[in-house]
Amino acid sequence: MLSELPGFTDPNLIVGIETSDDAAIYKINDEVAMIQTLDFFTPIVDDPYMFGQIAAANSLSDVWAMGGDPKVALNIVAFPACLDVAILGEILKGGADKVKEAGAVLVGGHTIQDDEPKYGLSVSGFVHPDKIFKNYGCQAGDALILTKQIGSGIINTAIKGEIASEQAITEAQETMAALNKKAKEVAAKYQVSACTDITGFGLLGHCAEMAGASNVTFSLTAQDIPLMAEAASYAKMGFIPAGAYKNREFTRNQVDAGDLPEYYLDLFYDPQTSGGLLLSVPGAQKEALMSDLLGAGLSTKVAVIGEVQDKQEKLINLR
Amino acid sequence: MITVDARGFACPEPVIRTKKALDVAGTDEVVEVLVDNEISLANVSKFGNDAGAKVTTKKVGDGHFRVLLELGESRSSQKETDQRTIAVIDSETMGEGSEELGKVLMKGFVYALSQLDVLPDKVLFYNGGAKLTCTGSDSLEDLQYMEGEGVEIMTCGTCLDFFKLKEELSVGQVTNMYSIVEAMNSADHIMKP
Repeated sequence: MLSELPGFTDPNLIVGIETSDDAAIYKINDEVAMIQTLDFFTPIVDDPYMFGQIAAANSLSDVWAMGGDPKVALNIVAFPACLDVAILGEILKGGADKVKEAGAVLVGGHTIQDDEPKYGLSVSGFVHPDKIFKNYGCQAGDALILTKQIGSGIINTAIKGEIASEQAITEAQETMAALNKKAKEVAAKYQVSACTDITGFGLLGHCAEMAGASNVTFSLTAQDIPLMAEAASYAKMGFIPAGAYKNREFTRNQVDAGDLPEYYLDLFYDPQTSGGLLLSVPGAQKEALMSDLLGAGLSTKVAVIGEVQDKQEKLINLR
Repeated sequence: MITVDARGFACPEPVIRTKKALDVAGTDEVVEVLVDNEISLANVSKFGNDAGAKVTTKKVGDGHFRVLLELGESRSSQKETDQRTIAVIDSETMGEGSEELGKVLMKGFVYALSQLDVLPDKVLFYNGGAKLTCTGSDSLEDLQYMEGEGVEIMTCGTCLDFFKLKEELSVGQVTNMYSIVEAMNSADHIMKP
């Protein structure tokens, strides 16, 4: 649909929509480029304070996924007149607490009246033009590192079905609300060939995008991919969001999953909310980066999930 | 026969309605679920398989499907599996006395485990047990069979690192102490050789 809109060109626009990257980057001078991004969605959890935190973590994530630091954020809010305004206060407090943790400033925003609540942030950040994390550029021999466990879409579906356990709900919510800040700061000390954050296309959707744009093949090891507690059980029970099937249809011909059990694919195509960073770094730096990430006190699970190989028939080989 | 008309509902509602119907279905009673999209068809079929039912699907018109779920004999055992059972294996050998005998016994234990009518939800491997999920283990075939049947095979990552077996893991997932404690805490029964 976007292809029908008028295109924009500007010599200072370093990253636009044409590479389906996570945000726009506009070069101000040789030292500074501005990253601009925006995201908002309807509540995915009952607790308004938690919803505010998750929506904010999700909006801020795009800036870290591009190697930058968020600096200024504005609220985007839709709220029904019939709901208690204290709920709105809790949502905004959740968002504000996360912006504070991110080291950025929140300076107001805009609220409209709507039937269903919606919340998110418009975020501006900065990055050195030479230190941008692109979502392509993976080299054969790179290690692929994921900084959050996956399964949030499936667990949210199980929550809607009222069968999710307390432990599963807690882990999913804390994982979604966790910022990608520390992971980015640690990774920036290394040679990052490519990076993206895992969101709506699911792990395999984002992997296919990155591998395709880099003209390489990802060799992933299913058993190394970190999962949220109970996510596999709920996947087997059929609590799989429609988005997972769409993601799978979209990249069906580009993934060779061998004879892996079906539920693994449901998990790896599961659309994520506020997922982790997927980092591609030279194999020689793998051990050191992993050790730094594990030492950085992240509240999420970090793992090497595979490696980059020369382009083969499929974009992804999963074993 | 119980009929669940889940047409017009989005995920996960068809699965929830199917679950409710299966919960009240009598022995040998067939549950028929009507759905109007392929996603619901896939999810309801997965739910049926996971619940141990015989699942038959039929296309009954444009985008409409009929899913038949028959619990049959698995019914009684299925009731019991509302209880979560996990098996915990913390050594390469079973019992004390002879290491050689212990290894033979452990191989037999894993085989017998894989032949249970109702398989455990999870099998956890830690300390010396971690060697059983790695290249060279005599139990790989049985464990891979169980994994194919939906059993989660989980091996302690710290243990794999300790034995330098990280690259040798041949079945299941790597897990950590948090997940191990969680799995034990939420289990109704813990089996240990």
